[in-house]
Amino acid sequence: MNTEHGMIEDPRQTALIAAIQEGLPLEPRPWAVIGERLGMSEEEVMRRVRALQGDGSIKRLGVVVRHRRLGYRANAMVVWDLPDERVAEVGHCFGRFDFVTLCYRRPRRQPVWPYNLFTMIHGRDRAEVRARVGELIVACGLEDVPHAVLFSRRSFKQRGARYRFVDLPEVPAASMEAGRGVS
Amino acid sequence: MTATAQDTLDAIDRHLLDDFQQDLPVVERPWAVMAEQLGIDEEEVLARLRRLQAAGLISRVGPVFRPNRIGVSTLVAMAVPEQRLDSVAAWISSLPEVNHNYEREHDFNLWFVVTADDQAHLCSVLARIERHTGLAVLELPMLEDYFIDLGFRLQWT
Repeated sequence: MNTEHGMIEDPRQTALIAAIQEGLPLEPRPWAVIGERLGMSEEEVMRRVRALQGDGSIKRLGVVVRHRRLGYRANAMVVWDLPDERVAEVGHCFGRFDFVTLCYRRPRRQPVWPYNLFTMIHGRDRAEVRARVGELIVACGLEDVPHAVLFSRRSFKQRGARYRFVDLPEVPAASMEAGRGVS
Repeated sequence: MTATAQDTLDAIDRHLLDDFQQDLPVVERPWAVMAEQLGIDEEEVLARLRRLQAAGLISRVGPVFRPNRIGVSTLVAMAVPEQRLDSVAAWISSLPEVNHNYEREHDFNLWFVVTADDQAHLCSVLARIERHTGLAVLELPMLEDYFIDLGFRLQWT
């Protein structure tokens, strides 16, 4: 039940999304626990989750790791000022590299912001991130393309996106704040 | 937890972190399916996941939603004077609509994502940020996503 903008309007579906976005309960039958909270059967919960996977709303379902805590202490947003007609080609080229963890086209905001392709690159240290940027430049033919490397210095807040800001249970502060420190 | 966090992980933890990032089965007892693949029992899978979560190595076990399919969101950048950065960043982080919020090395030094139920809600949050801080926001919504999220391949050293 999607609108023309691809947004989901079914209230039972949005309630389900609100219930699973912070992660599954670590209980033997997680879907049943969620169903109990929502007044849905375990079967309905599972059917709705499969539907969200089927239409691409859920990109993946599983363990979400914290890079920084696992030793990937450097991360940079690397932004590229590409001719508009090359964005899609280069975007798909970047998508092949497993160290690229995001790759989006975004609008330029001239004159202060000329960049239109955004990537996130993780590495164990800054030298590794820089080497990976170099690898992308060679592999995707970007020798003449201006780019900027914005290393992250501090993480003030890091958590998955949350939707529906009404009727959501409060989340303990400890699970909302993470990854403080210098990289 | 420091850079040595990895050192406390055994082979099963690593297997668990590396190989279950995308296809958790949507069945009544998903941990039992994982347990079978890991060669341990269901209770131990749960105990390990709880421990890894408590240690901050995993943020959750659950879905990663495609941006802008559910609700609307945008990346936002701000150029905050150095001496105001801590207080502006803390206030921004306190907003429930903000998830990731980072300091980055650039004139635009504060970067965060705002997520809202709809466009009107999103605009009101951005207006509120500009009003409260007296600083302009650079709104950079996603136009196209070229990335297929298959999770993150960890390299164990």
